Amino acid sequence: MIEVIDTERCTACDICVNVCPTNVFDKTDGIPRIARQNDCQTCFLCELYCPEDALFVSPFADAPQEVDVAALKEAALLGSYRRAVGWTDESRQLRTADRSYRLFGH
Amino acid sequence: MTNPLSRAEKLSSSAGSLVLDVDVLVLGGGPAGTWAAISAAEHGARVVLADKGFCGTSGATAAAGTGVWYVDPVPERREGAMASREKLGGYLQDRRWMARVLDRTFTQSNRLADWGYPYPVDEGGKPQRNSLQGPEYMRLMRKRTKQAGVTILDHAPALELLVDENGVVAGAAGLRRQRGDRWVVKAKAVVIATGGCAFLSKTLGSNVLTGDGYLLAAETGADLTSMEFSNAYAISPAFGSVTKTLFYSWASFTDEEGSRIPGASSKGGRSVIARALRRGPVYAQLDEADSETQRHMRVSQPNFFLPFDRTGIDPFTQRFPITLRLEGTVRGTGGLRIVDDDCATTVPGLFAAGDAATRELICGGFTGGGSHNAAWAMSSGYWAGQGAAGFARQLGATSKRQVSRRGTVAFRSGNGRPLQAGKLARGVQGEVFPYELNYFREAGRLGESLRRLDGFWSEAADASAPAEQDLLRAREAAAMLATARWMYRSALARQESRGMHRRDDYPEQDDRYRHYVTTGGLDEVWTSARPLAFAQYSEAAE
Ligand SMILES: Cc1cc2nc3c(=O)[nH]c(=O)nc-3n(C[C@H](O)[C@H](O)[C@H](O)COP(=O)(O)OP(=O)(O)OC[C@H]3O[C@@H](n4cnc5c(N)ncnc54)[C@H](O)[C@@H]3O)c2cc1C
Ligand code: SF4
Ligand code: SF4
Repeated sequence: MIEVIDTERCTACDICVNVCPTNVFDKTDGIPRIARQNDCQTCFLCELYCPEDALFVSPFADAPQEVDVAALKEAALLGSYRRAVGWTDESRQLRTADRSYRLFGH
Repeated sequence: MTNPLSRAEKLSSSAGSLVLDVDVLVLGGGPAGTWAAISAAEHGARVVLADKGFCGTSGATAAAGTGVWYVDPVPERREGAMASREKLGGYLQDRRWMARVLDRTFTQSNRLADWGYPYPVDEGGKPQRNSLQGPEYMRLMRKRTKQAGVTILDHAPALELLVDENGVVAGAAGLRRQRGDRWVVKAKAVVIATGGCAFLSKTLGSNVLTGDGYLLAAETGADLTSMEFSNAYAISPAFGSVTKTLFYSWASFTDEEGSRIPGASSKGGRSVIARALRRGPVYAQLDEADSETQRHMRVSQPNFFLPFDRTGIDPFTQRFPITLRLEGTVRGTGGLRIVDDDCATTVPGLFAAGDAATRELICGGFTGGGSHNAAWAMSSGYWAGQGAAGFARQLGATSKRQVSRRGTVAFRSGNGRPLQAGKLARGVQGEVFPYELNYFREAGRLGESLRRLDGFWSEAADASAPAEQDLLRAREAAAMLATARWMYRSALARQESRGMHRRDDYPEQDDRYRHYVTTGGLDEVWTSARPLAFAQYSEAAE
């Protein structure tokens, strides 16, 4: 489930509010609020769309988790999904890296 | 069938905060909905697309990505592709539909390439088009939908359909949940592309998929079919949402003590896993993937690894607990019955595409996951959009139409006790999640479960409308309930094991059941046997 909006990085662009398919966030005058955490379906898409790497979705789908933002930043886990799918400037080449055709038919 | 629950409330006062009048309304913005909207617009229609979430991130494909049934148009390869799953599907497929889906998928995939989808290229320089990365694909589809001139309403779940005095579908009404108001879109034709029903099981990206489109359509009298082929369960880490079963073909499965579970496997041995899970925890480890395969896995499906990298598990060298999450009709086959090549339903003006429509024509009684569902979403989306645009053109001016609302459960004044969405949804889950009810089916247990589900239905049908902020949840729960009842009535009617439908009391495939099971109805759920279409053709030819 979504656990963190990092207040140091977030620029209050509200992209996450718009893109979350299950409407977990609410707009505020500043940084969005995780308003309905229990509705989070753990799809990781808000994280993928956040341009500032300010969000962290914990992989535990059924219960909230305590997370340590400093440690997550240390381990470069914020934004790691964006990098892995090639949605950052440094990782663009990964957009064509899909090798599923080598794996099908196993 | 007439529907005694119908409100038939005239659409006059307080229509909504946003009122639009168009040719074609598409409900759902996954691959099926976006292809339908683009196709309708390209066939000259003015189009609105309304999605429950955000068109581009919502639905099963956006979160997951899909293998696609894309086969080069080489006759032997096409023949092989059609033949390969006929036995698995219990010989319920239709070769003519398979061929046209292969053709259409080829064309649509190549259009994606023209639009700039970054397909990979193999060592020989050949583009590989049988897999799509979900976020990438759906971001592109949103862009192309807008470029086609379609008006997109995000966070705008449809709650009910509108019909005219002749029973022709005339639009839909719903909520704009981020604005706290309502929308009404009058349309000459509607495409239902709301996906399947995964019963809020948290299977990747699927909590928006609660069978809403089935309920909306059934309220106007539409039929469903193949709903017994809806017991798809997928493997995921026990704690997580990522249900990608392909990679578990490199896994070994063990019990608590670390002993191998005989016969357990992702393909052909998933029922062994289900049985083992009833006895205790089951663990997997992807220890059969060599280092090259591991590398391909990482770059092909990055989100598969999120649950592992974020919990410090190395899935190739360490065991982790797994579970089976219900995916219902998202990876099953059942859905709205379509009656012609344009993907029209049994109700005039209503078309269906993607998981919301039956995939029996190309999958038979087996799951369409792994490739067929994605091909179906593209193809049926294209046809439904074209069909809806054609229907709208023929209908002509509709300014004199008397339009009424068709929503039933959760809309009426009822007995004063408001429908409790959360409680109802949990009640339905209690009937469809358990492996002993849904995975392994048997007349006695199905009958008992149906008695409880029918009880939920009478209660829900008598209940009063909930508060505005609970209305969507109430309609979702009602749609899940209706879906469960169609599934189990159909499962009782098929007294054999075929495709993915397994009956403990009838373990063999039985030739007398080589037909489709049609179902429908709300207060009274009915089923009937329907011959295969190609059997009808051959009879006509005799
Ligand atoms: C983890 C996973 C992996 C998969 N892998 C494969 C694969 O490899 N190959 C394959 O062929 N298939 C695969 N599938 C199945 C495939 O994802 C679906 O068949 C496909 O997404 C169907 O497209 P669709 O447009 O019909 O539905 P969806 O993509 O689910 O989209 C439905 C849309 O309808 C919207 N909606 C729902 N209710 C309403 C409402 N009331 N009003 C308005 N909008 C509504 C939703 O928000 C959503 O955007 C997989 C599924 C999952 C869950
Ligand atoms: S998308 Fe990222 S930067 Fe934008 S509001 Fe959300 S958390 Fe903040
Ligand atoms: S993980 Fe998905 S459901 Fe959860 S908050 Fe992010 S976008 Fe929304």
